[in-house]
Amino acid sequence: MKTVGEIKAAIEAAVPGARVEVILNPGPAAEHSLLLSHAHATDIATFLRDDPAYKFDFLSNVSGVDWLDKEITEKVKVTKPVTKTVDGPDGKVEQTVEETVEETRKRVEPGYLESVYHLYSIALRHGPLVLRMRTANRTDQVEMPSLTPVWRSAEFQEREVFDLYGIVFTGHPDLRRILMWDEFKDHPMRRDYVEPDDFEYEPTPHDAVLKRAQEHRAAEAAQGTRE
Amino acid sequence: MAVDQKLNIELGKQGVFVTTIQELYNWGRRSSVWPMQFGLACCAIEMIATTMARYDLARFGAEVFRPSPRQADLMIISGTVTKKMAPQVVRLYNQMAEPRYVIAMGACAISGGPFKQGYNVLKGIDRYIPVDVHIPGCPPRPEALIQAFMTLQKKIDEQPLTGEGRPRHLDAEARGEFPVPEQGAHDLEPTSNKGVWPIPITIR
Repeated sequence: MKTVGEIKAAIEAAVPGARVEVILNPGPAAEHSLLLSHAHATDIATFLRDDPAYKFDFLSNVSGVDWLDKEITEKVKVTKPVTKTVDGPDGKVEQTVEETVEETRKRVEPGYLESVYHLYSIALRHGPLVLRMRTANRTDQVEMPSLTPVWRSAEFQEREVFDLYGIVFTGHPDLRRILMWDEFKDHPMRRDYVEPDDFEYEPTPHDAVLKRAQEHRAAEAAQGTRE
Repeated sequence: MAVDQKLNIELGKQGVFVTTIQELYNWGRRSSVWPMQFGLACCAIEMIATTMARYDLARFGAEVFRPSPRQADLMIISGTVTKKMAPQVVRLYNQMAEPRYVIAMGACAISGGPFKQGYNVLKGIDRYIPVDVHIPGCPPRPEALIQAFMTLQKKIDEQPLTGEGRPRHLDAEARGEFPVPEQGAHDLEPTSNKGVWPIPITIR
């Protein structure tokens, strides 16, 4: 199979206006992936499926990833004017000097939800090609285009990603919960999901369960609900 | 009130058969316990194996797996009960006619097993319906299921027909229906049936 760089070039030549970014995998597997822009995702997917050089006719896997807000601490060298008292020829003089100071800055990189598609070609016996798409944030703008119109096998897996991560796939023919019940409100695979507090009976608690059970018992004692 | 065993044998030699209504009635009940054809997860494979020729549950009068809860006497909860499935399990139990019994088979059915701390698995079906026999194991071997079955038969055998501890179908005041939990926004509501499962007191 061609490298992701070559595939990126081919996509950008074939689909006008498409923006594709190569995401490198630093691990030994070196399974690099392509980040697709939302606007052209369906066109790119159709191209990858139909182009005789690629023929990715088998979508093996769709998965979701939840990336939390990341706080990044970095050291930056800043040049700023500093007022100093300097010994001059006629006594002390106030002087403004440009000085380079090292400063620690914190910035928050906003989190996002991501879906990952693994493609193979049965016809040409190559793969996998890894595609990614990212939402704008993880709270209100969680839409991304569905690839179900291109690969039918994405239907249930996108439903599962919707169910567990809350990514809304626009253009999906039947976007309902698939594993949890319809009345369920949360998305359990999100990293800020709060599990129901059902630690009322833990005969052999240890580690995290012991902590949760103790918290539960303390809350019950505070409310006076434990008989 | 059982008949003296030696006297019974002696009478048997003379061609006289003596028994009590309770013994006869319970013998009939325990010898034809029909399980419901109902499997939830991998334990169901062991349950199927138990019914096949090598282990042969038919020896105990339980070869007829009924596809309808109306015709079944025994519910074998064979496998993981997810919170999505739990209301259906309780509903099926409600639909069974008395006398009815429940065997909770395997670690998942009795406590949630390896999925206990998950968000989607019920921590034991005994939170909603009364369970007669619990079998640990992941999954329990067919021998364990047969052991549970024999334990249940013994339990049926020992049930008196009157007074305290009589089967529910002979008790006019016994509750026949168990509330089906609702699927709420975060968890099942209520999280357990306190009448069936008062929170056990752990002594440390």
